[in-house]
Amino acid sequence: MIKVVNLHKYFGDLEVLKGVNNEIRKGEVVCVIGPSGSGKSTFLRCLNLLETPTRGEVIIGGISLSDNMKELDKLRRKVGMVFQQFNLFPHMTVIDNIMLAPVKVLKMNKEEASSKALELLGRVGLTDKAREYPSRLSGGQKQRVAIARAMAMNPEVMLFDEPTSALDPEMVGEVLEVIKSLANEGMTMVIVTHEMGFAREVSDRVLFMDEGIIFEEGEPSDIFGNPQRIRTKEFLSKVL
Amino acid sequence: MGFIDNLYSVLSDKIYFAFIKEDRFMYLLNGLSVSIQLTIFAAIIGIVIGMLVAFAKITGKPPLAQVADWYVAIIRGTPVVVQLTIIYYIILADIDLPRTIVASIAFGINSGAYVSEIIRSGIQAVDRGQTEAGRSLGLSYGNTMRFVIVPQAVKNILPALGNEFVILLKETSISGYIALDDLTRGGTLIRSVTYDSMTPLLTVAYIYFLMTAMLSALLSKFERRLRSSD
Repeated sequence: MIKVVNLHKYFGDLEVLKGVNNEIRKGEVVCVIGPSGSGKSTFLRCLNLLETPTRGEVIIGGISLSDNMKELDKLRRKVGMVFQQFNLFPHMTVIDNIMLAPVKVLKMNKEEASSKALELLGRVGLTDKAREYPSRLSGGQKQRVAIARAMAMNPEVMLFDEPTSALDPEMVGEVLEVIKSLANEGMTMVIVTHEMGFAREVSDRVLFMDEGIIFEEGEPSDIFGNPQRIRTKEFLSKVL
Repeated sequence: MGFIDNLYSVLSDKIYFAFIKEDRFMYLLNGLSVSIQLTIFAAIIGIVIGMLVAFAKITGKPPLAQVADWYVAIIRGTPVVVQLTIIYYIILADIDLPRTIVASIAFGINSGAYVSEIIRSGIQAVDRGQTEAGRSLGLSYGNTMRFVIVPQAVKNILPALGNEFVILLKETSISGYIALDDLTRGGTLIRSVTYDSMTPLLTVAYIYFLMTAMLSALLSKFERRLRSSD
């Protein structure tokens, strides 16, 4: 589904990613954990080229992103992204946020897009907020709308960049529930998270990143129950 | 009693000589119409230039962005009177255009530099995450600008743009330098025939103030309407 080969990323002189290799398979739920500054978010943002890799390749569905700058918009449609800061469009109502891309990019007609948006809002439990502006929603509600907005493009993969890190504690649960239900439906997902309990429960595979590389990876029971590397142990002992 | 009567008769004399006699108020009326025309045309030219220059700067393609930088630097670094006279006496000297058009072009070119900075900073003030959200949904750069960024930027831009037009209206008062009979020059003309400075100049000042006050009131009403959607 997504293949990452020898990915390097520099910000100026700072090498943030130092050769990341991985493959995300269809239907897989992969959680990325690790300390701040380990390159988790940069790695995720490279997967839909919000950051341009300095070296290396990102291949989605057999097509290399770096050779296909013109096809970039098309490839991005297949990859949904949910941000830490939600990034809802504040000048549009909830339903218009969700309908924008299907109407403008997929050329869906408005009735179809609207019924699809309402269906998605139903799935995240916010049908009654369709006509509200984002400023009237709580953080948890905003993030659920953001998930619905990304889903409206029928993505083949969903990327979550610390989806609950900007939320008040009491709202974390409702967002994780929505992500979990997507996982159960077989959506392919890559989730950067600090919620270890969630990562353990939801993921098929966990990547532990530190110092710009994938330090250790494995099934959640192995990573959390029996980590092999000292750094992994140290990190987990601090956060668990 | 005597004082009030006296003041009244002096004032009415002054007003009579400054404005009524020989229809001298027409100097102000015609001047006002010229000033308003200049402001409107210059504002339109300024907005068009400002948008083009702002987008040239934002997209950052080397030759265009470089030219845009120079333009803004030169306009902001020289007085508008000098720009107006250079355009009238040098650049457009051999072209037979009405002075109103020449002045509109000059003020428009001047205003465009300021408008471009207003638009550029308004667009760049929109959170980067908005662009990222748009692009990650598969919207092209152009569509992200059009549907996501610009509608939000307008709220940042409009108040400053309104200010720019208030400034523009006042700046047209230097049109006399190219012998254009605007409002300010109307006052000067009356002064030169009546040898009374106070009445025409204070009246001119009052008219400018009235117009800018109306423009400001209009803008703040508009702004309030925009903000109500938040």
